[in-house]
Amino acid sequence: MPRQDRSVAAGERPAEPGEPVWRYAPAPESRDVVSIEPEYGLFVAGEFRPAASGGSFATINPATEEPLARVAAAGRADVDAAVAAARSAYEQVWGTMAGSERAKYLYRIARQLQERAREFAVLESLDNGKPIKESRDVDIPLAAAHFFYYAGWADKLEHAGFGPDPRPLGVAGQVIPWNFPLLMAAWKLAPALAAGNTCVLKPAETTPLTALLLAQVCQEAGLPPGVLNVLTGAGDTGAELVSHPGVNKVAFTGSTEVGKEIARAVAGTDKKLTLELGGKAANIVFDDAPVEQAVEGIVNGIFFNQGHVCCAGSRLLVQESVAEVVVERLQRRLTTLRLGDPLDKNTDIGAINSRQQLEKIGELTKAGEAEGARRWSPPCQLPERGYWFPPTVFTGVAQSHRIAREEIFGPVLSVLTFRTPDEAVAKANNTPYGLSAGIWTDKGSRILWLAQKLRAGVIWANTYNRFDPASPFGGYQESGYGREGGRHGLAAYLNV
Amino acid sequence: MSVGIESITRSAPERWAFEPGDVAATSDAALRQVLHGLPGVDQVGATQRAAGLATRSIKKDAKLQALDMAISMVDLTTLEGADTPGKVGAMCAKARQPDPSDRSVPPVAAVCVYPDLVGVAKEAVARSGIAVASVATAFPSGRASLAVKLADVKEAVSAGADEVDMVIDRGAFLAGRYGQVYAEIRAVREACGLAHLKVILETAELATLDNVARASWLAMLAGADFIKTSTGKVTPAATPPTALVMLAAVRDFEQTAGRRVGVKVAGGIRAAKDAIRYLVLVNEIAGPDWLTPELFRIGASTLLNDLLMQRSKQLTGQYAGADYFTLD
Amino acid sequence: MSDRKEVQPQQLPRLGVRKTYKLFIGGAFPRSESGRSYPVHSKDGALLAHAAQGSRKDVRDAVVAARKAFAGWSGATAYNRGQILYRVAEMLEGRAAQFAAEVAAADGGRKARAEAEVAAAIDRWVWYAGWSDKVAQVAGAANPVAGPYFNFSVPEPTGVVAILAPAESSLLGLVSVIAPAIVTGNTAVVVASEIRPLPAISLAEVLATSDLPAGVVNVVTGRTAELAPVLAGHMDVNAIDLTGIEAPSRAALQELAAANVKRVTYGNDDWAATPGTSRLMSFLEIKTVWHPAGT
Repeated sequence: MPRQDRSVAAGERPAEPGEPVWRYAPAPESRDVVSIEPEYGLFVAGEFRPAASGGSFATINPATEEPLARVAAAGRADVDAAVAAARSAYEQVWGTMAGSERAKYLYRIARQLQERAREFAVLESLDNGKPIKESRDVDIPLAAAHFFYYAGWADKLEHAGFGPDPRPLGVAGQVIPWNFPLLMAAWKLAPALAAGNTCVLKPAETTPLTALLLAQVCQEAGLPPGVLNVLTGAGDTGAELVSHPGVNKVAFTGSTEVGKEIARAVAGTDKKLTLELGGKAANIVFDDAPVEQAVEGIVNGIFFNQGHVCCAGSRLLVQESVAEVVVERLQRRLTTLRLGDPLDKNTDIGAINSRQQLEKIGELTKAGEAEGARRWSPPCQLPERGYWFPPTVFTGVAQSHRIAREEIFGPVLSVLTFRTPDEAVAKANNTPYGLSAGIWTDKGSRILWLAQKLRAGVIWANTYNRFDPASPFGGYQESGYGREGGRHGLAAYLNV
Repeated sequence: MSVGIESITRSAPERWAFEPGDVAATSDAALRQVLHGLPGVDQVGATQRAAGLATRSIKKDAKLQALDMAISMVDLTTLEGADTPGKVGAMCAKARQPDPSDRSVPPVAAVCVYPDLVGVAKEAVARSGIAVASVATAFPSGRASLAVKLADVKEAVSAGADEVDMVIDRGAFLAGRYGQVYAEIRAVREACGLAHLKVILETAELATLDNVARASWLAMLAGADFIKTSTGKVTPAATPPTALVMLAAVRDFEQTAGRRVGVKVAGGIRAAKDAIRYLVLVNEIAGPDWLTPELFRIGASTLLNDLLMQRSKQLTGQYAGADYFTLD
Repeated sequence: MSDRKEVQPQQLPRLGVRKTYKLFIGGAFPRSESGRSYPVHSKDGALLAHAAQGSRKDVRDAVVAARKAFAGWSGATAYNRGQILYRVAEMLEGRAAQFAAEVAAADGGRKARAEAEVAAAIDRWVWYAGWSDKVAQVAGAANPVAGPYFNFSVPEPTGVVAILAPAESSLLGLVSVIAPAIVTGNTAVVVASEIRPLPAISLAEVLATSDLPAGVVNVVTGRTAELAPVLAGHMDVNAIDLTGIEAPSRAALQELAAANVKRVTYGNDDWAATPGTSRLMSFLEIKTVWHPAGT
């Protein structure tokens, strides 16, 4: 039997002390599965067209800073055209179509997301910087599942608990963030379309590509023109969209700051509004927690998606009696995290989405050090190009520190302690945010007691960052209002 | 640009475990306090962590290295009622030279047989560096008196076994008679003399991951050199979540007791892909220090040929066929 | 010497390969263990085919298969069940022409009407597929009990459901009684319409190629009067749908069903109309759980 020269193995040398015994070879997912066009237009009335002004901007790969494509910059005229197309589609086609027919379009889209899953995953990782492991195993499957779930509601609205004949609102203007680009598009579009609304979607400035591919999929699925419109652009495009008089419903996911602006912008109009904003979730670990899994939950809570998660468990509230042990185990665990090329299947931590975000994270971590918290990161090699931040843990953090109050939106964990369940609740609730919380304990009654007392819209007990289209998601207070997912998620898009 | 701020801080001793010397009283009650005081295992979380690690993509030279490591960690096993000296002799020949067409294939770690065939195995692997492991203690059921079990061990040891794979009394464990299980392991440990002791937990019968964690600690406290998942006679045998719990246990035991205990997974591991997944678990849960036949073994029979086939594919670029590898 | 005339060879049309209609049990297509079959005629009397005439032993085997499949099917995620039911719809769509021909032959109507019925059957299946991950949200609840307890109710599938399929509506009615039972996790033993059994076996072929686990749906063709009492009295069947039984014959079956307190349902709906949720909810048990909330 012929044999290749074992030069690779022959070149192996015994590991130096401290070096890994077994190095995982690079395992890159191939870029070939997706073909990125040099330029994309806006998707309006069922076709792709340049912006009226002809303007465009580049979207880059944050892991390498390489430009991926140019996309159109939608201006006021484009927003007008898109809203008009959505209105006409609503009145003539979609708003009067039988729910069972609408359902079948959404099922088609869901199926395509499954068929082209690898393509979407690679594109998402290229445009966003997140590890392929996450886009492949979390983002894309959940996006498909969202379309499947809401497709099933389209012809069952009378059973949803909103009365015998709930009606859609009309044209929905939807602005989504860069942290889960395709998934956020699915969270917005699936329920809106299922309920009979038509949509104008504004993807984030730094991550437009999977939304544009989704538009292509909708075109291929035969979705009637104007039902979905995609306007790429920056913050000003979003502002135009949410304040357009032709829009009946505004849905926004993003920072609390911008959410408040939008709430002000729609004041005095009849526009319905739902907001999904920031958070500073407490991940609470008790002395009887299943420790090994709790450490995984902490890691998952703040380092999944590089911490770019509104519901991230960014404050570890650990019971003081076990704090040292938990932190030590956590630190040990962090040394096995692999940071690097998002397209490598073994990468755990990918790139920060933009220079802007990287600077913000840097600023807040410097503040943390200045405030007297102790900073620690596992040793890791940051690539030369691209935007990178090592997983970081601050211990000795107090409630009054900025890093305990402000959303960092990066891979930075602040560790605080508590003594009793009451104190855990008080500290967890001591924030204007209220999106999510985590509880780690072996005691069921304690989970349920805390769940009743925590002011958060999503509570994870002995798990973290679990999402499902059937499970409603949304926050209390300054984390926003309205829920996405589940039966409750329909309310945002019906006249109820 | 390298970012390494400070090494992991060593802090106060592990609060959930205890020094082995603390277990002076080995009564059921005392052991119960200790074992039931261990942190719980969340089954869903453990399963998810194992599943997440199964997505590690091990390719090219990393895969070749993994395959060679796995081969060197195999305990090539035959434990059938129909075993004969001929069968054992053939298996031992394979153990010494897994692939007659490729001398670069490493030998396996050990062969594993019933006590009455240890003598045959010893001769067959003489001067090869391959250890002879023997099952004992009324394998696989463990249902016999302590006297019978110890006699079983003594026969194996006097026949020359280098390693003894004992089974714990699962009935006693599930009935809460931890003291009895502890005492039996200690007695077998004594009877082993210089031979290494692997303690088979038979995790399928223990049913919960909490029990796997408790049985692991019980075995380690009683002096096990290795803890082993299964006899291979009950399904499911080794599973990734079970291995994860055991690997975490040996890691934590070293932190408290300063002694390294090995882990052996056995039963139902037929594909090289699965073997590599277990190596990933070892690497990322227990740590790279455990990636050696001294501390990690895979009990298998048909797995060896799949490892050889995958190795051949890595080296030649072509998928292999079963006819090109010897049955035994 | 005799006259030899030129004999023109006869050109017969291509001979088709006729399908043998067997039972569908445990994911396989066995003949009836009784070896019997019976002729099936179209509405205007033409012989269509022979269908297997199932026996009490076939029914027994079907119940065993359904029981075996229950743990896996009810333990699957609702998402998974929904995906599989949607796949069934995809397979049905691919075979729409075949089904339209069979329905037209069975019912004797015009082709257009048969095509409309097949389209409705496919859409009906899609409607039910979408219920899989929603039933719990509509039928379940968190209950505000007066005490420091968390209390919630969840619907669970009841188990093995026997279904006497509608006598007349060979596809749309058939689909409308099977889908609501299995979407929530029950497994089913279906006795097809006696006079129009053939679309049921073709449906079974679709189910067999849709990733539906073996035994989730079993189809037995044969004499309703012979098979229904076997199912009605079977102690390992949890519920029975008597839709295909004529009203006068119902009482006897209901009495048999009382032996193990089966859940009984029946009703010949207007199959063309969008169903409500009563069939969906018929085969559910509501389980309520209490847990204290305290530190």
